[in-house]
Amino acid sequence: MIADVVIPPTAVLIFGGLILPFLAEKPRQYALLILPLAALYLVWQTPDGPALTASFLGYDLVLVRGDALSRLFATIFVIMAFAGGLFALNQNRVVELAAAYCYAGAAVGVAFAGDLLTLFMFWELMAIASTLVVWSGGPSARGAGLRYASIHFLGGVLLMAGIAGEITATGALAFDSMTLDSAPRWLILSGFLVNAGAPPLSAWLPDAYPESSWSGMVFLSAFTTKAAVYALLRGFPGSELLIYVGLFMVFYGIIYAILENDMRRILAYSIVNQVGFMVAGIGIGTELALNGAAAHAFAHIIYKALLLMSAGSVLFMTGKRKCTDLGGLFRTMPITAICGIVGALSISSFPLTSGFVTKSMISAAAGDQHLELVWYLLAVGSAGVFLHAGIKFPWFVFFQKDSGLRPDDPPWNMRAAMVLFAVLCIAIGVAPGPLYAMLPFPVDYAPYTSAHVIFYLQLLLFSGLAFFLMLGWLKRTLTITLDVDWFYRRLGPVAARRLDRFADAAWDSLVNAVDRGVRAIATGVHRLHGPEGILARTWPTGSMAFWTTIMLALYLILSYL
Amino acid sequence: MDDYWLTRKSTIKRLWIVFVLILASTVLADIFVAHHPHFGLDGTFGFGAWFGFVSCVVLILIAKLLGSVLKRPDTYYDS
Repeated sequence: MIADVVIPPTAVLIFGGLILPFLAEKPRQYALLILPLAALYLVWQTPDGPALTASFLGYDLVLVRGDALSRLFATIFVIMAFAGGLFALNQNRVVELAAAYCYAGAAVGVAFAGDLLTLFMFWELMAIASTLVVWSGGPSARGAGLRYASIHFLGGVLLMAGIAGEITATGALAFDSMTLDSAPRWLILSGFLVNAGAPPLSAWLPDAYPESSWSGMVFLSAFTTKAAVYALLRGFPGSELLIYVGLFMVFYGIIYAILENDMRRILAYSIVNQVGFMVAGIGIGTELALNGAAAHAFAHIIYKALLLMSAGSVLFMTGKRKCTDLGGLFRTMPITAICGIVGALSISSFPLTSGFVTKSMISAAAGDQHLELVWYLLAVGSAGVFLHAGIKFPWFVFFQKDSGLRPDDPPWNMRAAMVLFAVLCIAIGVAPGPLYAMLPFPVDYAPYTSAHVIFYLQLLLFSGLAFFLMLGWLKRTLTITLDVDWFYRRLGPVAARRLDRFADAAWDSLVNAVDRGVRAIATGVHRLHGPEGILARTWPTGSMAFWTTIMLALYLILSYL
Repeated sequence: MDDYWLTRKSTIKRLWIVFVLILASTVLADIFVAHHPHFGLDGTFGFGAWFGFVSCVVLILIAKLLGSVLKRPDTYYDS
């Protein structure tokens, strides 16, 4: 079949999203569900190779280019938009919904972008739309949203500089695999890494996302970081540096999440942690590792959204975010608790859940490549995931102590979205075949060998034992943990205030000095010429006669000489 | 009011017993399963068990240490 007219799935979500605010409540709810389904159909209709081209400022843009990797990411992005839309059906902040759909559409645009300029265009659209989603969290999200936007525009500048340099140097516009051999490519890589939540700027993610609304973070968790994973997969597979960047992210996420008290910030740190596994897989770069990274991104979007739906439901029903305020909710929120636990088991890659069949591909690839240290560190990371998210989140929110709160499960649409994703988590874990068939490379990997299952059960269950034995040390306190954002949230403002005070003082002393100088001159003039001044006195007639006599006498003497 | 079956002392004790039994059985399963270690250490008996446990203890210790330096009251940035 030849696709004569290709309708980009991106357009359906972006233009559909822009119309949402103008619809009445009922049609809007229908649109929220129908738009992603239409987009999903179009994603699967997109053929291989360039499907839609355009000319812009003399450049030939490839707006839509299909292949297995693009379709995999676009598919999960639109599935995410559907479940997010279902979850947010009762969200009355319409701007958030419109922004979220544009955001999803832009992410699909990134997945199908055939050239660097198209990629950049959708990349920036994602930054703008996601900032609006953060801001929809209310007045308390304003500062976080501004910081979020600043970091992403910085990332955008790095990316644009890199793209301009790349086009100037090579004349090639296409977005394909690159080797890290020139400054522009390093810039492109750093632009991608900013969005992935890589060090040193990971702090934007746990800073901004948890300030969004109960539904906003469900959308936010899915697109920006995973579009960056897609871009790294496409652009820099096998770049060794990424292994170490990824491992850093894995441990950064675990350590900070262990110390965190806000349930949604725990999950935000664990996004960085999970993306770290993917980035490390991209760095390993074998077909198995790249398949693993892509599959893990797919599974991750589902279970992370599920976890955030569960946390969002708790926030929606109780208005509380801190572990210290929560606990014991399993009594009255059984569906939310069970779905949260399914998400938690999936993120921990428990056997029979989606994380098990995807993340283990990355570890297996490290083993196959004889990357001994990497393999051990990934195993430590896997144990740590269970610790910081797998048990910690459900334990502190739904069990722990009796907080006295007795909220019901959330409205039907929120429950339905959670159940949908919980079922998907288990379905992928039980039958990974269909997901494996969508991966970019042929899959020759069997996750369910008895040795592998036993190893993971031991690893995870003994992590659980460590959690409960050390529970006293894990008790939550009313604290946050400083991060790199301290430099621009604290040091920067303090330095600016100091500089301001110093400049003020310097200006004041300058003004004073000038003032004193002018006054000194004025006083001097006044002393000589003022009413009391020596030069302003009236001279008595006697002295005039005296001086005239002297003059005449001098004249007389001089005339005789 | 709060005599929910799951929060009773007797239930919690029973859960611990079941948990420990499961832990023991996963380690004992190592006798019957042939592992294919990539390296050296990962072929030791009950590798997943001791490695997982030690990993978590070390991670918690590191977090504790880092927390003692970097923790601040959660109103830190509000002022």
